[in-house]
Amino acid sequence: MSKKDKVFTVQVRRDFCKGCGLCVEYCKKEVLQVSPRLNRLGYNPAEAANPEACIGCLVCTQVCPDLAIEVYSG
Amino acid sequence: MELLNKWPKYYKKDVISHYCPGCGHGIVHRLVAEVLEELDLGRKAYLVCPAGCAVLAYHYFDFDVIESAHGRGTAIATGAKRARPELFVISYQGDGDLSAIGTAETIHSANRGENICVIFINNAVYGMTGGQMAPTSVIGQSTMTSPEGRNPEVDGYPLHITDVVASFPGVAYAERTSVATPAGIRKTRKAIRQAFETQVEGLGYSIVEVLSPCPTNWKMDPVTACRWVEEEMVKEYKPGVLTDKREEKRKEKG
Repeated sequence: MSKKDKVFTVQVRRDFCKGCGLCVEYCKKEVLQVSPRLNRLGYNPAEAANPEACIGCLVCTQVCPDLAIEVYSG
Repeated sequence: MELLNKWPKYYKKDVISHYCPGCGHGIVHRLVAEVLEELDLGRKAYLVCPAGCAVLAYHYFDFDVIESAHGRGTAIATGAKRARPELFVISYQGDGDLSAIGTAETIHSANRGENICVIFINNAVYGMTGGQMAPTSVIGQSTMTSPEGRNPEVDGYPLHITDVVASFPGVAYAERTSVATPAGIRKTRKAIRQAFETQVEGLGYSIVEVLSPCPTNWKMDPVTACRWVEEEMVKEYKPGVLTDKREEKRKEKG
């Protein structure tokens, strides 16, 4: 399987996200969006709205101040 | 399924930090934990917490942490390093701590060239106490105690404390970075690594100033706050390496 065909899965740990929206801003592929549903902390967390577009660049995990995003390959 | 961004070994798992949404502290905490893991220093690391927003950092780091009196971080770090030279000592301070109440300790520990690392979070405001003007607030910045904007005739000019200490012969490495963009975060990680390696080699004082957004006290949303750092704050505080005397220090050491 070439690198291009690799599949990545983005998971937001819902109850750890504070909804700052930095990952949504910096994701070039518009994988993430702010969820309309509140989480346990009372914030609108990020969620993977368009997960198949993810290229695994890990920028969202770098800008996240709360380590709330997990990216899996395969 | 393989997890690509592994949880840093020296960062406590499943703890929700008390920081506001979009705060730069969370990012810098993670970078410190990651670099300690990379250099395999976590077991002898000893971090000095400041008074300020990062006062509860011991809830998040999974290595030895001590709490300091306000501004006295580098004094405590000096004591720890001199008494136990085998420890890896980091002082983590904010701008109210390092450049306001702790100016004397900062300047004298740098002038003595203590072999410690200082992580200096500059968000141009007193964060924990509710957004009052700090010595590092930029000209024209509106804060709780300068609602009309900082006026240099009354309030003086922003204090460039990292530039001051960078001019001292004891300071081996000083760099200023920002965590407002992904590129800035990568540079910050590199700068922290350089600073940590400076201490491991025993070359002297190293300081990394990190320009960090404070969306709550700037009264902005997190994305606008990051933009403000990149557009306004970097005009006053230019990112880059301020001094790098490591080669000379290596020669001195022989």
